[in-house]
Amino acid sequence: MLRYTLNRILLMIPTLLGVAVLVFFMLRVVPGDVVEIKLRGDGGNVSQETIELERKRMGLDKPLLVQFGEWMVGMATLDFGKSMWTERPVIEEIALRLELSLQVALMATFFAVLLAVPMGTLAALFRDTWIDYLVRILTIGGLSIPSFWFGMLIMLSLLALFNWLPPITFTPLYVDPFANLTQLIWPAMAVGYRYCAVVARMIRSSLLEVLNEDYIRTARAKGVFEKLVISRHALRNALLPAITVIGLEFTFLIGGLVVTEQVFNLNGIGQLFVQSVSRNDFTLIQGLVMLIAAFYVFVNLMIDLLYAVFDPRIRYDT
Amino acid sequence: MKTTRRTTLKGIAGAFALGAGGLHWDVAKVKAQTPKRGGTLNFAISAETPHYDPHGSDTYATLHFAAPFYSTLLRFNLSKFPEVEGDLAQSWAVAPDLMTYTFKLNPDVKFHDGSTLTAEDVKATYERLRNPPQGVVSTRRATFADIATIETPDPATVVFKMKAINASMLEHFASPWNVVYAAKDLAADPASPRTKINGTGPFTFVEHVKGSHVSGKKNDSYFKKDLPYLDGWKGVFTLQAAAMLNAVQGGQLLAEFRGISPAERDRLVQTMGDKIRIEESSWTLALLICFNVEKKPFDDVRVRRALLMAVDRWGGSQGLARISTLRSVGGVVRPGSPFATPEAELVKLPGFSKDIRASRVEARKLLDEAGVPDLKFTLWNRNLAMPYTPAGIFLVDQWRQIGVEVEHKQSDTGPYLAHMNAGNHDVAVDFTNLFMDDTSLGLAKFLSITRAPENRSRSNDEVLDKLYDDHLRERDPEKRKALIRAFEKRLFEQAYQQQLLWWHRIVPTHKVVMGWKMSPSHNLGADLAEVWLNA
Repeated sequence: MLRYTLNRILLMIPTLLGVAVLVFFMLRVVPGDVVEIKLRGDGGNVSQETIELERKRMGLDKPLLVQFGEWMVGMATLDFGKSMWTERPVIEEIALRLELSLQVALMATFFAVLLAVPMGTLAALFRDTWIDYLVRILTIGGLSIPSFWFGMLIMLSLLALFNWLPPITFTPLYVDPFANLTQLIWPAMAVGYRYCAVVARMIRSSLLEVLNEDYIRTARAKGVFEKLVISRHALRNALLPAITVIGLEFTFLIGGLVVTEQVFNLNGIGQLFVQSVSRNDFTLIQGLVMLIAAFYVFVNLMIDLLYAVFDPRIRYDT
Repeated sequence: MKTTRRTTLKGIAGAFALGAGGLHWDVAKVKAQTPKRGGTLNFAISAETPHYDPHGSDTYATLHFAAPFYSTLLRFNLSKFPEVEGDLAQSWAVAPDLMTYTFKLNPDVKFHDGSTLTAEDVKATYERLRNPPQGVVSTRRATFADIATIETPDPATVVFKMKAINASMLEHFASPWNVVYAAKDLAADPASPRTKINGTGPFTFVEHVKGSHVSGKKNDSYFKKDLPYLDGWKGVFTLQAAAMLNAVQGGQLLAEFRGISPAERDRLVQTMGDKIRIEESSWTLALLICFNVEKKPFDDVRVRRALLMAVDRWGGSQGLARISTLRSVGGVVRPGSPFATPEAELVKLPGFSKDIRASRVEARKLLDEAGVPDLKFTLWNRNLAMPYTPAGIFLVDQWRQIGVEVEHKQSDTGPYLAHMNAGNHDVAVDFTNLFMDDTSLGLAKFLSITRAPENRSRSNDEVLDKLYDDHLRERDPEKRKALIRAFEKRLFEQAYQQQLLWWHRIVPTHKVVMGWKMSPSHNLGADLAEVWLNA
């Protein structure tokens, strides 16, 4: 297991390297650069000389390969450079937003898993009863309603019913837990509903399949209590595909909540991503893509390792 | 108050009426009340500045962020716009030949770090603006190219001597972008204002949480007696209109000072009733129809003129004003401003006729004469919903009515600007964004491309260049006005570029917000010194 884990960690390097090459050169294909947007984006009458001087100052006049080399050398020392828009370190820009995005993702995951496991299990165990139908309605609703729209409904309902809105600026959990939770619980619910629906449906279908397996029949024939059959044998196996979905959804939530973040005015990674793309802030986009790629690779590894925990038949070293 | 359909409609009608009347009656009411002290004003800023240095910026996001921390030499008097009044300058004198400007500074002006402001600080600031050292961007470098020397005969006097007459110089000294920095800060690091704030403004800097908000607190040493009224303020970055509207409606934010769309205004009026104040004004922003004269068939003036003549601005303004921030029909100068062309003269210029049927018949004839009866082209546009998208759709429809087939392509700001700057566009929806009506800035965009790289029609026209230079040096306002008219006539007859419509500014504030003054520019009046809360 240890050897497998080390191999997988080593394999992350060429994967991330490939991502780095792709993102760097693909960005440069897009016409325009950040200097143009910064100095002329609002209609400024700025001379071409000023534009060129600013490009030079930011190193945008250097050959592409030199720029790429400098970036790669920086990354090797965990220096992702400076944002071309704010000229502050990319790490600082990302770290500022990552806390919020991670918390929303974790809260949404917690909310989703907490509801999805019992919902999916009950729907499978009571297949074609009113319980199953109710779960189906709720999950189809979750899949059909876009998270941002659900978020807007939540906000408008709070306004209309209580003339109240959650705080508009972020307070870290360790500073004021109440203010923090009153702000983030709503977006977590908005995205968690869809997340919950995906996981619940996955658990339901997976559990239905597992319940027809021979080993379940054998366990029942041996006289094992039904509760144990479900919890130890059926659910444990049925959770394997759900774990994959939970992992991928979690990673998506780190950078994919663009519209939801806008609806709740959250200062998260998704908004930062969109802003950096609209401003052609290449260094920040590169940093964000590398962060998300690293998250995906890491979460995939975690999922694979969790497989071995949930399914004793899986042994990576054999 | 219960909100009904009738009260809603009344509110909307009231808002329109106030807008039509220009600066509305609340201003008079504000003056009648004694300002209250204290409180924190929370307001929305719908964009975040990349840095803190207004000298190197052209976005209102920098001013709405930084203006409360700084002072300028002069400033615009928003109650009598476009008159100027002193800010740091206690008094000033202009030589009769317009070649010398002498400013006497207010005594006992302190920077936030406790140091005293002197004429050397003003000199260092303007030297930085007109001749930025390496690593410093000054977006208004050309504006101050006419300054020959800056002298400081004593610590309270600054004298600007000119190389040539610039009839707009006083307005430039009142520009909100030219905030005064401390000479010692600039000597230590000329780029320091990008990341550090040390001004003489009514508020001192508290914090900037990136992506979230900026805040300031009252400057107890502010040189203007008894100001500011507020204890502090917080500008929250609300990049999405829905979030901003919710926050204003919910009372978390009390104002949005840039401007909102008619639909957003209507929602606030409908949901908030008499708790919200809506102020409206024409705006110093315009969208332009811009032809690339280096591309066929747009190198033919008949084609360009035909396309301008097919656009029904008068009819379009009515419809577009209901769904977008576009409203006023005007020429090169903002309608309603002192140098604007009156409607009676405007309708005689190509593209402004009120008889759109005859105009379109003439347009078709011109296209036939130019040998392009089946004209097809691409309209290049910015991918911003308000007001670029409705403007583009409107133009496509207008040109379709004379049998011209147009493909509407929209792009994000970066590729949009790059595409036009490279001269790859056929026809584009371009824009102008000014902080005042003065034509030294407003007309510069239409100069030959060899002088003005922001001229995206890529035209070269010595006649226009000469008219511009002459108007810049002309001291007599009437003669200056005549030169501007001649410039406008030439520009529209040659049809390189033309204003589609001018924007309309709508600003919502909670009724508790007092003392803020509406103006035609969202770049002005952002220092908040006289704002107070009637809570």
